[in-house]
Amino acid sequence: MDGKTAQHNWRFAMDKNKKFLAAGFLVSLFLAGVVSFYASSDPDGLEKVAEDIGFIETAKDHTYADGALADYGVKGIDNERASVGLAGVIGVIGTAVVGGALFTFIARKPKKVNK
Amino acid sequence: MHIPDGFIDVPTSAVFAGIAAVGVATALKGARTQLDEKSAPLAGLTAVFIFAVQMLNFPVVAGTSGHLIGAALAAVLVGPWAATLALTVVLIMQAFLFADGGITALGLSIFNMSVISVWVGYGVFLLVKKILPKTKSSVVVASGIGALISVPAAALGFTLQYAIGATGTFSVTSVLSAMVGTHVLIGIGEAIITGLTVSAVIASRSDLVYGWKDSTTQLEIRHG
Repeated sequence: MDGKTAQHNWRFAMDKNKKFLAAGFLVSLFLAGVVSFYASSDPDGLEKVAEDIGFIETAKDHTYADGALADYGVKGIDNERASVGLAGVIGVIGTAVVGGALFTFIARKPKKVNK
Repeated sequence: MHIPDGFIDVPTSAVFAGIAAVGVATALKGARTQLDEKSAPLAGLTAVFIFAVQMLNFPVVAGTSGHLIGAALAAVLVGPWAATLALTVVLIMQAFLFADGGITALGLSIFNMSVISVWVGYGVFLLVKKILPKTKSSVVVASGIGALISVPAAALGFTLQYAIGATGTFSVTSVLSAMVGTHVLIGIGEAIITGLTVSAVIASRSDLVYGWKDSTTQLEIRHG
């Protein structure tokens, strides 16, 4: 395989990966931004167990209970569909930025010797 | 299973935060050797997807909901080291931005979900994969079973923390049976979501699935 073909194949693989990443990101945006509105609002497993047994009383208020995005809603937006959807979108983008930065940093090899 | 502040006393939370920190530091080291420029964005995407799906609480039994943890899913897709980190990123975002899971309890939650759930889920996945034929469907089934077990495993982690440092005075045995019972049911949902996601990725881009690549390195067809 000559250099040109190798480079072409490599480019092709990276494009395919970009498409996959874009698709995955869009699916995540849709789930957090739209589907999340339909999620069950019943207490989750731990919360329910804590209620049933009684130790829910020992829970303290969250440090950031009054935060702008507390409980997956955007403060000031009354429409619940918009509020949870926007919170979800912000969370997806925020996680992408933080996670993307972290993993890109980790994957950086200290000086490529064999390339 | 995001633990609010107050359930577990501060000293116990601090000890588990220390253990969790060791787990995350080890994962950083492991991920460093494993990730490259191709797999790093996938690990980021896995964190993003898990954040999104964790918002989708599904009903379990009357009055109870559950949502994906995603530990086994992440381990199968990007490997256990990156999975621990992905889950940790998600838990930190949720605690600080969305007030989901207490700040002093963060180490407890990271221990349960980023460490215990990931490694138990991945361990079970490897065991099941070993006894099944080397096919893509086996990887899907194994990831589902790993996911199923990974949820009550995290519930056991919480029960351990409760036994050591509960601020309440309720019996540990009743917490144990209620936590495991509820989370086996949530584990079924976890297994379904994990199986569906792994099968979708493996059908379109099996070359990106860590838990599948792993079993095919010997048989890999090299193009060109």
